[in-house]
Amino acid sequence: MPHIDLPEGFPGISAGLTYRPETAKPMRELAHVLLHDANSLTPGERELIATYVSSENNCHFCQSSHGAAAACHLGDASVVDKVKADFLTAPVSDKLKALLAIAGKVQKDGKLVTSSDVEAARKLGATDLEIHDTVLIAAAFCMFNRYVDGLGTWQPQDPDMYAQMGKHLAAEGYTAPSIRAPVQAT
Amino acid sequence: MPHIALPPGHAGIRSAMAFRPETARPLNDLVEVLLTGPNSLTRGERELIATYVSSLNCTHFCHSIHGAIAAAHLGGDEALVRQVKTDFTQANISPKLKALLAIAGKVQKDGKLVTPADVEAARKLGATDIEIHDTVLIAAAFCMYNRYVDGLGTEQPDDEALYRERGRRVARDGYVAVSAEYLAAPATH
Repeated sequence: MPHIDLPEGFPGISAGLTYRPETAKPMRELAHVLLHDANSLTPGERELIATYVSSENNCHFCQSSHGAAAACHLGDASVVDKVKADFLTAPVSDKLKALLAIAGKVQKDGKLVTSSDVEAARKLGATDLEIHDTVLIAAAFCMFNRYVDGLGTWQPQDPDMYAQMGKHLAAEGYTAPSIRAPVQAT
Repeated sequence: MPHIALPPGHAGIRSAMAFRPETARPLNDLVEVLLTGPNSLTRGERELIATYVSSLNCTHFCHSIHGAIAAAHLGGDEALVRQVKTDFTQANISPKLKALLAIAGKVQKDGKLVTPADVEAARKLGATDIEIHDTVLIAAAFCMYNRYVDGLGTEQPDDEALYRERGRRVARDGYVAVSAEYLAAPATH
């Protein structure tokens, strides 16, 4: 039961975004630039960073929807589960592992990131822009996760709903809503 | 020393925003709506929420600059800002704002800590749904801004006079207008 009178049938962040379009616009634009626009990190890699941080924050809606988007981009859902469980043993590049380590520190506190964390990523080929975007994706999901949880939004368990959302997010990105009307889900 | 080659001559979030104008624009648009847009919470109240959350996250740049902006909105009352950072329950602010700060403090740790009783307490003291929504989102957004500023290892000056002067300017002109100062800087990548 949400803490405030959010529109019914809109799961997770879509309830907050529908309730307050003035703040929804820049939040959507930020997610679109970070996760969908052209970047030397693939959209799949960036969605994995978003999913990992959301999983560390135990935000069911965000880790499920971004996990579904990552699975869509990568054509493989098992990688997503492995990254959430233990990214060090997941089948992703060493560079992405170094970036996930930085993201995991930002999730706790930005001050935990050390110059050796950054140096390790750089030695594996990470550029300054990739390091910047990793830090900001991790920081942004500390916002999105708290927004979704802090309003007590409805977070369905239904995997099919997240699979649908993931398809939309992977294809269209974030500027247009992935949930346009109230949904039936469990 | 910043972790990446941020453009010199800018402190805190300004250096990060100058590095990446594409993300700076929505980041500034969001803070502009939340802290300066039309709202039944005053600008001073909303800046106090941002300051309090940044103080809990120990992000020197953010709690100093937003504290200075809050003071500028509150008739220069820097003692009140310090009291909110130290112990807001003893501060000379409304009971409604205290209830909203309690919610913001829970969101800073984990949004799931907010209970129906916290929200009901705020509502009984006159808080509206949109005020509760904006409190949650301000607290959540500053968990982002704080981590962004700290996670890149940005320069965070100690000089109080610098924050006071910038605080007055942002309080007067708003975030998007002031961002022209550093978004004009050439990108380094």
